[in-house]
Amino acid sequence: MRTTRGEIALRYALLLLVFVVSIGPFAWQLATSLKAPTEDIYTYPPSLLPEDPTLANYGRVAEVVPVWRYAFNSLLVGVATVVSNCVFAAMGGYALARMVFRGRGLAALTFLATLLIPGEAVLISVFLTVRSMGLADTLTGVWLPGAVGAINVLLLRNAFLALPHEVEDAAAVDGANTWQRFWRVALPSVKGTLAVVAILSFMAAWDDFLWPLIILSDPDKYTLTVGLQSLSGTFSNDQRLVAAGTMISVAPLLAMFFALQRYFFKGLGEGALKG
Amino acid sequence: MGGAATAERVRVDSAGPRRAGKPRAPAVRHARYTPWLMLAAALATTLTFSLFPFFNTVVLSFTNARPLGGGEFTGLANYREMASDELFWIALRNSTLYMLVCVPLLVMLPLLLAVLVAKQLPGTAFFRASFFTPVVASVVVVGLIWNWMLGTNGLVNGVLQSLHVITEPIGFVTDGWLLLFSCMAVTVWKGLGYYMVIYLAALANVPAELHEAAAIDGAGPVQRFLRVTLPALRSTMVLVGALSAISAFRVFTEVYVMSYGSGGPGQESITLVFYVQQVGRGLDGSVGYASAISLVLFVLTLGFSVLLLRLHRREDRL
Repeated sequence: MRTTRGEIALRYALLLLVFVVSIGPFAWQLATSLKAPTEDIYTYPPSLLPEDPTLANYGRVAEVVPVWRYAFNSLLVGVATVVSNCVFAAMGGYALARMVFRGRGLAALTFLATLLIPGEAVLISVFLTVRSMGLADTLTGVWLPGAVGAINVLLLRNAFLALPHEVEDAAAVDGANTWQRFWRVALPSVKGTLAVVAILSFMAAWDDFLWPLIILSDPDKYTLTVGLQSLSGTFSNDQRLVAAGTMISVAPLLAMFFALQRYFFKGLGEGALKG
Repeated sequence: MGGAATAERVRVDSAGPRRAGKPRAPAVRHARYTPWLMLAAALATTLTFSLFPFFNTVVLSFTNARPLGGGEFTGLANYREMASDELFWIALRNSTLYMLVCVPLLVMLPLLLAVLVAKQLPGTAFFRASFFTPVVASVVVVGLIWNWMLGTNGLVNGVLQSLHVITEPIGFVTDGWLLLFSCMAVTVWKGLGYYMVIYLAALANVPAELHEAAAIDGAGPVQRFLRVTLPALRSTMVLVGALSAISAFRVFTEVYVMSYGSGGPGQESITLVFYVQQVGRGLDGSVGYASAISLVLFVLTLGFSVLLLRLHRREDRL
């Protein structure tokens, strides 16, 4: 099929339009965060470029709320979520895919059944459970319910099922035990799926709002999302501070995403289709 | 030694017919507890934080439980209370409306977007990644950004006023109904990139020959889209519809952030999840009543979840 010049021009025009719609609001927020306290941010027509760009708002927002403390809390929960999901979902997925034992079907069904239950529908009951464990108002309590996602177990099970048996069989012949075959042979072969699980679980933990909102009451333990929301409630009159706070929250994630987007798009299409 | 082991493996491998679809027996036996050891953490988490809470929610919905004490069996009292609770009906109406508005938009718009970026032109990879940016940002961040843009002295009202389209600012986030629709717009805006990626994966599987044949038969781009692309993507559209319907019923953060936690004037804009957390939260929350509302939420999503599982099975993925 020949592509005409007009069609190409139309395509780029549409691409640019959607680009502005997708990125514009972020750019506007970035611009607001860089505008000095003396600059009018309500001018008409609006000016996208700050007259005198300054990082002062990033310092000031840290004086109003402990934003770096929030970021550290989010990072802790995020890293813990990634590690626990990758390790335990891989172990569970491997057992389901490669081992023969009584009760395997029931175990697989348990994970499958979980997919029918939205987290929001068991929110209050999970809160009671975590509270009875003495983990209310702790970062451990924020992390634990999402420590091993059922969907990740099933994703990794599928990844292991797709591997050819020969390599593991050869390792077994060489005397490798179950753990060695899992850790040294099978796990390195599902790196792609592991990357997707890692990225998605970090995003889920970093972006989650409802659960930390329910479980945390001590402002020192707030994660970034909860902290930002409380910031906007108290200081909504200074949009520059809120803008600086949102930029602190979104920048690390965007950096990670643009660095890893190759894996992301490769895996997400498959991953989303499965879950 | 190697030869003996190989013989052993062959013997194990050919030890009788296996049922189709089951992984074959491993060459080396493992202790009976090994698989359970490997499954322990995943199973424990799933049972403790999903399945048990689900059954607990069902039980609690028939009680007047509170976090500190209470918990007598009250039969259908919570469900009777629901029937006459005006806020519950507002929440149910809003959540249903949310689903009805967002699903068609999220089925169609990302598909058009996917068709737009599927064609390999210089720069499409960059555009594709930037269309995904709203997906990566958290709902809180996105809600705050749009709050600022849609506020009475924000960018959108400013532009409209300077173009003399309007004289008074529009209350995008202060009027109850407009707030709800603004939240829907944010949900759709944030979801575009996600569903675009799902469509891209499906578009890659549409045989190019179909398009070429249609082009030879004289079909224009619109005709080819309607006659070739749409029919080929029918099951993906069902998938996207089910996924977006479930997430529409789960909406909470957009409404919470954009109304500064209030749920809009007179709580006109609350959703079901918003109401669940409002009723059940805190040390004097009505856990029993919140559980009953949670079950309504579960039932609303169940049909779509089952549809999703069936789609997965048909593709033989789970």
